[in-house]
Amino acid sequence: MNEQSEARENRLVLAHLFLAMAALTVGAALGLLQALSRAGWMSLPRWFDYYRILTAHGVLNALVFTTFFICGLATLMTYRAIPRSRSLVVGWLAFWVMLLGTVMAAHAILSGKASVLYTFYAPLKASPLFYIGTTLLVVGTWIVLADLAGNALWLSRNRPGERLPLVVHGSVTTFVMWFIATLGVAAEMLFFLIPWSLGWTPTVNVMLTRILFWYFGHPLVYFWIMGAYLVWYNILPQFYHGRIFSDALTRLVFLLLLLLSTPVGLHHEFLEPGIAAGWKWLHTMTTYGVVIPSIMTAFAVFASFEMAARRAGVRGLFRTIAWLPWTNPAFAGPAFGMILFIFGGLGGVVNASYAMDTLVHNTMWIVGHFHVTVGAPVALTFLGISYWMIPRLLGTTLWAPKLALAQTWTWFVGMGIMSTAMHWAGLLGSPRRTDNVAYFGSTVAAAWMPQVHWAAIGGIILLLSMLLFVIVMVGTLRMPRTQSQPMTFASPEEEAMAPAPVLDHIGRWAAVAIALALLAYAGPIHELLEAHAYGAAGMRTW
Amino acid sequence: MHRAERRWLQAGIATLIAFLALIGVAALHDDIVPPSHVETIDPTRVAETPPFDKPGLRQTGPHSYEAYIVAHIFSFDPAHLTVPAGARVTFYATSPDVVHGFFIPGTAVNMMVVPGWVSSATHTFRRAGTYLMLCNEYCGAGHHFMYGAIDVR
Ligand code: HEM
Ligand SMILES: [Cu+2]
Ligand SMILES: [Cu+2]
Repeated sequence: MNEQSEARENRLVLAHLFLAMAALTVGAALGLLQALSRAGWMSLPRWFDYYRILTAHGVLNALVFTTFFICGLATLMTYRAIPRSRSLVVGWLAFWVMLLGTVMAAHAILSGKASVLYTFYAPLKASPLFYIGTTLLVVGTWIVLADLAGNALWLSRNRPGERLPLVVHGSVTTFVMWFIATLGVAAEMLFFLIPWSLGWTPTVNVMLTRILFWYFGHPLVYFWIMGAYLVWYNILPQFYHGRIFSDALTRLVFLLLLLLSTPVGLHHEFLEPGIAAGWKWLHTMTTYGVVIPSIMTAFAVFASFEMAARRAGVRGLFRTIAWLPWTNPAFAGPAFGMILFIFGGLGGVVNASYAMDTLVHNTMWIVGHFHVTVGAPVALTFLGISYWMIPRLLGTTLWAPKLALAQTWTWFVGMGIMSTAMHWAGLLGSPRRTDNVAYFGSTVAAAWMPQVHWAAIGGIILLLSMLLFVIVMVGTLRMPRTQSQPMTFASPEEEAMAPAPVLDHIGRWAAVAIALALLAYAGPIHELLEAHAYGAAGMRTW
Repeated sequence: MHRAERRWLQAGIATLIAFLALIGVAALHDDIVPPSHVETIDPTRVAETPPFDKPGLRQTGPHSYEAYIVAHIFSFDPAHLTVPAGARVTFYATSPDVVHGFFIPGTAVNMMVVPGWVSSATHTFRRAGTYLMLCNEYCGAGHHFMYGAIDVR
């Protein structure tokens, strides 16, 4: 494998990563505007109103940033683990389709024709450009899956007897999970929203579109988490001279996430009419099941820390933690993310119990929750690991690592403050997705305003952090491209047992995943169809 | 599998089973199940469909009331209710246009109001005071103007 073809592959990966970062940078700036507007510290002009900004923030951060980054990461892992001369046509096709979709959706949002938020709940009716663009973004990721799976198949055909490398296994499993999940949103778009927004159908079945959306919406968050897990398992151990705790456990974790991410989505619809209590209850039970791969990951990450520390002669919980390479920004970012993820996990357990959810549904508590899951663990992992990946992809070294370290600290502190304040405001009843939350001097609202102000302070720190990241990246881009550093992934500890070959048959696991999704959704969807609900005409209310 | 790993997993799964058992017992024995109300309504004819043709409060017993609320862009009808302390109020809400929310901070009255469907939730107002009732699902440009109050005397 020569350096030239590696450089060609790097360009594709860099295109994904830089697009992801550009989206996040714009998204973060918009996030600050929201936080300031809610606090009453600024008022937004009519031509750039709160809900247009909030739609852009959700789409850019939750859909564009995460998706492009994970596509770049999985492509890089798969290409490096299967060195061969390959055509990049499929890879670039995917990139351009995703980019085209993003530009279409962004245009619709920024021109004010799609202030429907990133959940685009019908019957709010956006311009067809928005729905078609978002669908293209998803279709592009299917092409990425085809590329990854094609490489994995090439390996099994041309190197019989060789196991699927761990990073390829994780990447392909992540994208298979994603594919099964996106079938829901694709159906929502193609059969309902797109024809309706084009005026071909007069009304839309609102509850059906909502259930299809949440069929996709929950695994969407696991897609982000699996991207972070790919980094935690396969890249981080190198920074502390460690190894992956267990080959078999890592594969099993990804497969369990494939199985359990989808049949849980009704926990987002606890407070909705039209869905019988029994189905909601069933999804509560399965939701708690998704905890298993996450507690396995918590164990594996800590075991990997500890085993490496012991090899270095360090023992004890606090000494092990202190021994870790906290001055390396590529380690510190993801590690800070893990710390915040503990709170994310606890909050998730609260949200999943319907009695508690009734108190926090659609309050700022929920916004606090996902900033402490995707906004911190996932974003910090991706930003941190960029300090390792980007210089290697460019053939240079990181510019100003101290500044990079300061970036991880400020993000950690800023997100800590902002999401704590958001959780708190939510407990006091402050609604989410709402511009002015003072309710014109209401005394109930007065109770949560201090927290809304604290959230804005956290937001200011976060934007400074984002700027630090951009400065470090620009500096790194301007470094001479002379040093090519190797890009390797961590290898597992010696196994106590030979890993079972069944772990490598991703297709069979996918079949079980589809069966579980059908079991969980066939009933409630059938009942919704049987209800012969009235359609809703749809309107533009902004 | 390492011994420590097996212990950790066993502890985790045991906790999980305890959780699930608790939810199961709560559901079967104490009837604590997720809120749910399955009833359809023509969203184009809300104003003519009883009881939503006359939204407002009805007394149904010595301390019990039913409140019929129409949530539309960008207000609640009625936007103001007065009930005596100790009243047990069952809210029914629907929407003639887009999806709204109906939330009373400090209570467990929190529901999505979906056009074509009727949502329901019940609460006993023990403490006197003024409660805020607000729309907590984005419904358009005036979403943050969509609120009202409940006076408990
Ligand atoms: C960097 C600084 C950030 C700031 C200051 C910020 C601020 C905010 C604020 C104030 C809201 C709530 C608005 C409302 O409900 O009325 C919000 C919503 C949201 N944020 Fe962020 N955020 C930031 C970063 C992120 C990141 C990194 C992600 C994900 C990767 C993210 C994802 C979201 C999502 C999905 C929503 C919900 C949008 C909706 O309700 O439609 N944010 N953000
Ligand atoms: Cu979920
Ligand atoms: Cu609203």
